[in-house]
Amino acid sequence: MDFTLSDEQQMFAETARTLLGDTCTPDHWRKMMERGDNTDPERWAAIVENGFTLVLLPEKAGGMGLGELDFALIAEEAGYVALPEPLIESAGVAVPMLAALAPEHALLADPEATIAVAHPLNPVVADADRAAAILLERDGHAFLARADQARLTPVETIDPLRRLFRVEWDADNAEDLGLADWDLALDRAALFAAAQGLGLAQRAVDMAVEYAKERQQFGKPIGSYQAVKHHLASAQVAIEFARPVVRAAAAEIGHRDVQARSRVSHAKIAALEAADKATRASIQVHGAMGYSWEVDAHLFLKRTLALTQSWGTPAFHRARIAARLFTQPAGPDQTFARETHAAAATREIIHA
Amino acid sequence: MDLSYTPEQQAFRAEVRAWLEAHVPAEPLEHFDATREGFEAHREWERTLKSGDWGMVTWPKEYGGRGLDLIEWLIFEEEYYRAGAPGRVNQNGIFLLGPTLIEFGTPEQKQRFLPPMASGEEIWAQAWSEPQAGSDLAGVRATAVRDGDDYVLNGHKIWSSRAVFADWAFGLFREPGSERHKGMSLIFFPLDAPGVTVNAIRKINGHVGFAEIFLEDVRVPAFNRLGDEGQGWHICMATAGFERGLMLRSPARYQVAAAALAGLWQDHKQDADPVLEADVVRAFMNADAYALSIYQTASRLMAGAKIGPEASTNKIFWSELDIHLHQTALSILGPEAELVVQPGEHDWLDDYIFALAGPIYAGSNEIQRNIIAERMLGLPR
Repeated sequence: MDFTLSDEQQMFAETARTLLGDTCTPDHWRKMMERGDNTDPERWAAIVENGFTLVLLPEKAGGMGLGELDFALIAEEAGYVALPEPLIESAGVAVPMLAALAPEHALLADPEATIAVAHPLNPVVADADRAAAILLERDGHAFLARADQARLTPVETIDPLRRLFRVEWDADNAEDLGLADWDLALDRAALFAAAQGLGLAQRAVDMAVEYAKERQQFGKPIGSYQAVKHHLASAQVAIEFARPVVRAAAAEIGHRDVQARSRVSHAKIAALEAADKATRASIQVHGAMGYSWEVDAHLFLKRTLALTQSWGTPAFHRARIAARLFTQPAGPDQTFARETHAAAATREIIHA
Repeated sequence: MDLSYTPEQQAFRAEVRAWLEAHVPAEPLEHFDATREGFEAHREWERTLKSGDWGMVTWPKEYGGRGLDLIEWLIFEEEYYRAGAPGRVNQNGIFLLGPTLIEFGTPEQKQRFLPPMASGEEIWAQAWSEPQAGSDLAGVRATAVRDGDDYVLNGHKIWSSRAVFADWAFGLFREPGSERHKGMSLIFFPLDAPGVTVNAIRKINGHVGFAEIFLEDVRVPAFNRLGDEGQGWHICMATAGFERGLMLRSPARYQVAAAALAGLWQDHKQDADPVLEADVVRAFMNADAYALSIYQTASRLMAGAKIGPEASTNKIFWSELDIHLHQTALSILGPEAELVVQPGEHDWLDDYIFALAGPIYAGSNEIQRNIIAERMLGLPR
């Protein structure tokens, strides 16, 4: 039993923090919004150069062959900078899915290419137009289509750094990759959304702390008032009790049992609730400034809103936790318990 | 990261489970705060625990422990709560003073005080708060005057849990004329020493769970001072770190309650408001999150880290989850909730009333939020 990150993982997180912190600053956000765009070729080149698109690609397919915990650390840092590029969904969800279905696929040979994923739970697809291909679902099969093989309709989102599309397509005009593990794709996506939530939350708190130290009212920094302190302290508490859940969910995702799915769902709910609490507190602490476009707090609130409802709503994820709680033993000796074969078999029968 | 137990840890769990199954009293003991009989029954249980060397598993062997690590301590606690074993009447001693003594005590002090603490021969109360020094603990006025090899203690302590029936107290005193955080010392005194008067205070559940203590020229040897003279504040904060951070409230306590709540929901969901299921799930999530956080902290401490202001986040989280969990249970019970005698093993009402104290003791949650804001986030005082 060891709940710590390895030295390599800590260094990996540090690298991601520095790279994304340097290449995705408030200045970058504003320039992208002015251009009405969400990409920066230099930043993407740096992301690719550091191997972040290869983390979950197996080594024999030319990847780094690392695990979900490693990628979750990147996702947390991506949340901290409200990263606009589709790194998380492409490298965290689509790439390992395609690699499992077609390890030799030519698309996997290009670390710069992004792959979009249209999961049945989501009505829209992020960055579908620029993706080298889109993974699509029909009858449990995964299909692969290029953007020009599908009909994409852009839809506007409140998040100014997110670009969404409705996608219509025909199976005749797409590559059938066979039966795919859409549940694992969902687990990964929900886990990495949770990890991003941690980053979004922490950035919102950090921004508010900086502001509360500077902004003076009644002759004192507003951060010296308890009413302000307690908003931010409560948000930090929520972050502190979401982070270990996200880390455990990442470490356990490979077990694929009802407990592992429940923990991913717990991570998603807890981390995005922390982000909701933190981003709203951040806007409140910034006062009228916080309600202005000029202060960046709104970007974090909007990304939180998007991630909260995509990749399974809170109700969807709560039902998965309930399934664990009401079908498996609960109690203090069950924190790290795995589903027994007998229990899994029973569940399969009921499911069938 | 490896979230599985080693074969040794699994064997340890099995050993704890087997011993507890053979020794935990079949009938629950009367509460240790309710009567002297209840208190002494719990002291007897502490003796039984000691007979199996289970008094405090993390302590060094020479002081009555087993020298085990924090993961093993968590496993022990999980089995302890799972077995429904009696509450630890000496919790202020073993969980708060004990670790502080191990960190700051001399070998002679450890030898004198730890073994009888581990065996329940000496049960401890905390004597820090005063009528004018609650959240503002640095406002303590009780004094310790050095007289040769002794201290002479005077003052008025209050809200001391277990002090009505306990044997010893660890108190915070100051050198006369000193102010605020300076000049304080942590000094032990027997609660039956000449000059000590203990008056019981009834809690909102009717128990005489805490007391006020008057000290009039109470003489104790200087041997009873923990750490250096004037180092009291520093030592108290270390104790408070253990208290809020790790030891005071085992995650297992809430995981047992959350599992029981899931059972209560299954039994009552035909008649109860369906919206409550979300709260039942929430209670399970919270208890699990607290457990994961403590496993994370234990792993960090074992890798050499020190507990810091994050201890304050723990205290807020467990105290709030405890209230939410029990409020959910009462909502499920509906009009039965107010009845003092409840069916089933769990006394949801009594535990709810107890949970309400959580945001107050061990440093109110308002103070904990100040600590988080100032020491974790760096906001100005």
